[in-house]
Amino acid sequence: MRFVDEFREPKLITRTVDEIRRLADPNRHYRFMEVCGGHTHAIYRFGLKDLLPDNIELIHGPGCPVCVLPMGRIDDGLSLAQNPDVIFAAFGDMMRVPGTNGSPLEHKARGMDVRIVYSPADTLKLARSNPVKHVMFFAIGFETTAPSTALTLMRAKAEGIKNFSVFCNHVTIIPAIRAILDSPDMRLDAFIGPGHVSTVIGCRPYQWIVKDEHKPIAVSGFEPLDMLESIVMLLRQLKNGEAKVENQYKRVVPWEGNRAALRVMAEVFQLRPYFEWRGLGFISQSALRIRDTFAEWDAEQRFDVPGVRVTDPKAAQCGEVLKGVLKPHQCKLFGRECRPEHPIGALMVSSEGSCAAYYNYEHRKAAANVLTQTA
Amino acid sequence: MNDENESAESFGGCHMCLAIPGKIIEISPDNPDSALVDVVTVRRRVDLGLLQDERPQPGDWVLIHVGFAMSKISEQDANDQMQTLRMLGEAEAAIQEVQGYGLEDTKDSEPN
Repeated sequence: MRFVDEFREPKLITRTVDEIRRLADPNRHYRFMEVCGGHTHAIYRFGLKDLLPDNIELIHGPGCPVCVLPMGRIDDGLSLAQNPDVIFAAFGDMMRVPGTNGSPLEHKARGMDVRIVYSPADTLKLARSNPVKHVMFFAIGFETTAPSTALTLMRAKAEGIKNFSVFCNHVTIIPAIRAILDSPDMRLDAFIGPGHVSTVIGCRPYQWIVKDEHKPIAVSGFEPLDMLESIVMLLRQLKNGEAKVENQYKRVVPWEGNRAALRVMAEVFQLRPYFEWRGLGFISQSALRIRDTFAEWDAEQRFDVPGVRVTDPKAAQCGEVLKGVLKPHQCKLFGRECRPEHPIGALMVSSEGSCAAYYNYEHRKAAANVLTQTA
Repeated sequence: MNDENESAESFGGCHMCLAIPGKIIEISPDNPDSALVDVVTVRRRVDLGLLQDERPQPGDWVLIHVGFAMSKISEQDANDQMQTLRMLGEAEAAIQEVQGYGLEDTKDSEPN
């Protein structure tokens, strides 16, 4: 692990860790799910597990948008871009994600016009500067990213940009949490809520977890101290037999979220009846589609999409890892056939995926046999 | 393979998960939704269209996500957030992302 004094406010961290040890009932095993891929990354990066008592287990949830995207969607998007008049635009995160016939980057090497954008807004610039081409933005992300895509679509419509469309893969976090809780082999005690998704949706949507499922939730920041404080909040609630939504990340997350962003999303998107998640299967009302009022800019309404379905290899146990039934290294393929350089399952695809995070920090650390001196 | 693609995923984080603190330098006189922001001396235009309910002014700090200001934050929180990104090993990825905003500023135009 990293030494605590490398972190900001090391004294406070030590005090918070002491508080966690005081609150955790030694006769009980706690299973907390962090929903956000950013938290998963931070947990491994900071070696937080080493600071926690053994009976607090952190389960890595479905919060990495790249990881949960089914391969069929990538195949569909790339198939539309086979047309030489189409420019395939996507975030850098997508570039190495494998489709059946290779990643966007590999398609680029074979001659497809593939561009990395850092902002959806830049896809409009691309369309303006390439008037004889059609620019298709392959959009992914949770509610953090969806408002930016929505506003870009509104701008495209307002400006009447005709050579632009969005292939929409935006997903919503709450139905995924619900699906995980509904799964019969799942037993969780509480949730560490996503920080940046909550800047948009606020804390209110989590209240059903509290009400229906009686599970505490703490919306959390990304620093070690943030996550440790969130764990204190969860332990306190469990100790008192409470279940409520607490906002640890108040400095960034308003309780009501960003209403302007929610309005923009509501104007452009509607819920799909169902959507497939890698590792979790079909989840009802878990993704966004573009409303008919924006049909002209919706790649799925504008073009003939093949609707490819690709099932994950049977041997890959992504679903079990996603639900916390298995640890990443307990999957049969982990570190052998399935590695970050050659991902087979969803969770190895992006560095935010729990398997890739585990591989990059724990597996490599063990291999190098370094560090670890704790008091 | 060109460097731009190589570097896109070379850091720990997923770009889509980055929230980058920036200071509003000026609001475009002809477009109130376009602001010049400063992120650790890198200056780029970001979109303010998602902050219609709490319009930031020059001097204010915002959290930026994929080229859009997502929330107003305090200067202290902005500094903390930058520190978090450094601790996560994502500060460089964040600055690289900001540098990538606005295609005319990058070597994007034609693949090599």
